[in-house]
Amino acid sequence: MVFGQRLRALAGWIATLAVAAAFAVALAAFFELLSLPGEERTQILRGYEWLASGDLRVAFDLRWDPLSAVMALAVTGVSSLIHLYSIGYMEHDERRETFFSWLNLFVASMLVLVLAQNFLVMFLGWEGVGLCSYLLVGFWFNRRLLLVNPLGRLVEGEPDDTREVWAPPAAKKAFLANRIGDVGFLLAMFLIFATVGSLDFDDVFGQASGLAAGTATAIALLLFLACTGKSAQFPLYVWLPDAMAGPTPVSALIHAATMVTAGVFLVARTHVLFEASGTAQTVVVLVGAGTALLAALIAIGQDDIKKILAYSTVSQLGYMFIGVGLGPIGYAAGMFHLVTHAFFKAQLFLGAGSVMHGNDDDTDIKHFGGLRSTMPITFWTTMAAWAAIIGVPLASGFYSKDQVLAAAFEHGGVGRLAWVVGVLTAGLTAFYMSRYVFLTFFGERRWPEGRHPHESPAVMTLPLVVLGFLALVAGFALSTFTGEGGRFQDFLEPVLGAPAEHESLAAAFALSAVATLVAAAGAIGAWLLYGRRVDWLAVRRRYAGGWRALADRLYVDQVYEFFTVNLGRALAAFLARTVDQRGIDGAVNGVAELVGNGARSGRRLQSGLVRSYALGVLGGAVLIVAFLVFRP
Amino acid sequence: MRVGPGAYLLLSAVLFAIGVAGVLIRRNAIVVFMCIELMLNAVNLSFITFAKTNGALDGQVLAFFVMVVAAAEVVVGLGILVAIFRKRSSTSVDDVNLLKG
Repeated sequence: MVFGQRLRALAGWIATLAVAAAFAVALAAFFELLSLPGEERTQILRGYEWLASGDLRVAFDLRWDPLSAVMALAVTGVSSLIHLYSIGYMEHDERRETFFSWLNLFVASMLVLVLAQNFLVMFLGWEGVGLCSYLLVGFWFNRRLLLVNPLGRLVEGEPDDTREVWAPPAAKKAFLANRIGDVGFLLAMFLIFATVGSLDFDDVFGQASGLAAGTATAIALLLFLACTGKSAQFPLYVWLPDAMAGPTPVSALIHAATMVTAGVFLVARTHVLFEASGTAQTVVVLVGAGTALLAALIAIGQDDIKKILAYSTVSQLGYMFIGVGLGPIGYAAGMFHLVTHAFFKAQLFLGAGSVMHGNDDDTDIKHFGGLRSTMPITFWTTMAAWAAIIGVPLASGFYSKDQVLAAAFEHGGVGRLAWVVGVLTAGLTAFYMSRYVFLTFFGERRWPEGRHPHESPAVMTLPLVVLGFLALVAGFALSTFTGEGGRFQDFLEPVLGAPAEHESLAAAFALSAVATLVAAAGAIGAWLLYGRRVDWLAVRRRYAGGWRALADRLYVDQVYEFFTVNLGRALAAFLARTVDQRGIDGAVNGVAELVGNGARSGRRLQSGLVRSYALGVLGGAVLIVAFLVFRP
Repeated sequence: MRVGPGAYLLLSAVLFAIGVAGVLIRRNAIVVFMCIELMLNAVNLSFITFAKTNGALDGQVLAFFVMVVAAAEVVVGLGILVAIFRKRSSTSVDDVNLLKG
């Protein structure tokens, strides 16, 4: 008992050290990989045989190649920082050791996912991260969490926050949306096994070109369905904003940097299957572009800082899918955006957590303002991430986003459309991120009486600094302006192939300039509205109709709710009352009643009268005699 | 005038029918027993008739059997009757309806 109590305080440190150790191992393995020549950079570890049934043989095989190395490093590295941050953030929580054990379970599952050598082991990790997402989003299942009211201060008398949100419904929503995607994964696996006869990546990718076009399209689209669930794309993205009910480190790790990137990783890993089907690639690019735009629009209307960042994540994931959906020209760009996004989005979430930590866990942007003087480290690191996400030249996001957009433009066809949408979204991204920064850190102070916003402790600000630094330098350290010849792209070449077309430097410059100008316009627009001492509430009231639609998340959730909850309840009521009570119970009771009525009629023979019994005897005797006399 | 066996058989049938009617219709238990005796005797008559027409003695032997059984049955039946109707004062056969379901 005593020992356990003392260990509780150390739980966070033990967990962090475990993940940091994993990072160290990944780093060592990475350097070992670098020492090998390019073509040999694939190491497969054949593990214990798991399933041997008929023709199906599945073992716990692991694969270490550049792609899994990139993912493993990103996952363990960012996770170590977030673990460190959580030690400070969850300091006063009475269940923090459970929290850390679930965080570590998550990292383990994620590593299984990225290191898998066959579909079934990957699915094991896929389900594992889904489970941990459910557990961690619902971590504060007994706490009342207030939901920021989108109509607050827009209409007279509307309160700033409404509806005590409980974490369990959000956790269930996350798990169920993921589950729908998982059906796609399972069906894809069944189809793969039925046509190829094996679930091992090398076997499947080797035979991918021999698949019928319809089969390849079906497999790829089913896998992409799983991606829309896990990586929050349309139509299954609705769980991600609600998942902000979980603690902020969870949002940073799972819903920004790692779990949601699993879908992008899946497409990159199985890119051979997607290349076999042009239809699937087009679908991926279109869904990615559409989701990016949709989420950016919704983000503009949110007042809850975590929701802004959640929709931002959905939007940036759309960019990644544009990248990996284009084909060889875009794989490295999509993956690079995955890595830079992990850095700056994790930083933004941890920064938001820091803001909340110093403001009594308030998430309403209407209650902030002028915080840069009270929490300088948070402010400066968030500005670094802001620069990265909107694409300030030389920041990491600038490199990765422009690479994706350039790849889209070069690809032609649907890629050109994706480029237009992507540039437009970049403008919107700049707008809402600048809005976030201006309303939170600049301007007049709007926090309530008695609150003293303060900077967070060192254990929380250190990860902020590291991530902010990475968000700034990861771009020019790892890559070049056009993506070719950059260390990142070259490293991934053995796995993802090299792009067929090469763009000229001038073209790249021009495209990049356009995107940057649009982003600048967005940022300036936000500054005009929110940066100066403008009464933005009056502006909001003037454009109430449009703003209301954005704040209500463009009604996608409401449509889903109608179909799943209302129709589901109606169907359940119908089944319960009409089918079960009236139908089935009626049949059973009806049989019983039939028997009862028959017995009641039969009972009337038993009159107790001797004479009627005598009559019966007579009747029987007459029948027998008649039979004996008249028988044929 | 020579009366053929048909007349005897007709008489036997009529007596039997009267006996059956009496068993079904009369309410007094003693009268019911008397009607049963009537039926038995009707049957005896037809046995004797057939014995005479066939020239065999089987019918007459059977008639003896019937008479013995009838006597025994009367003894037992009247005994039961007295036992039942000592409890209740009525002799109506309709009152013995405890088996009514």
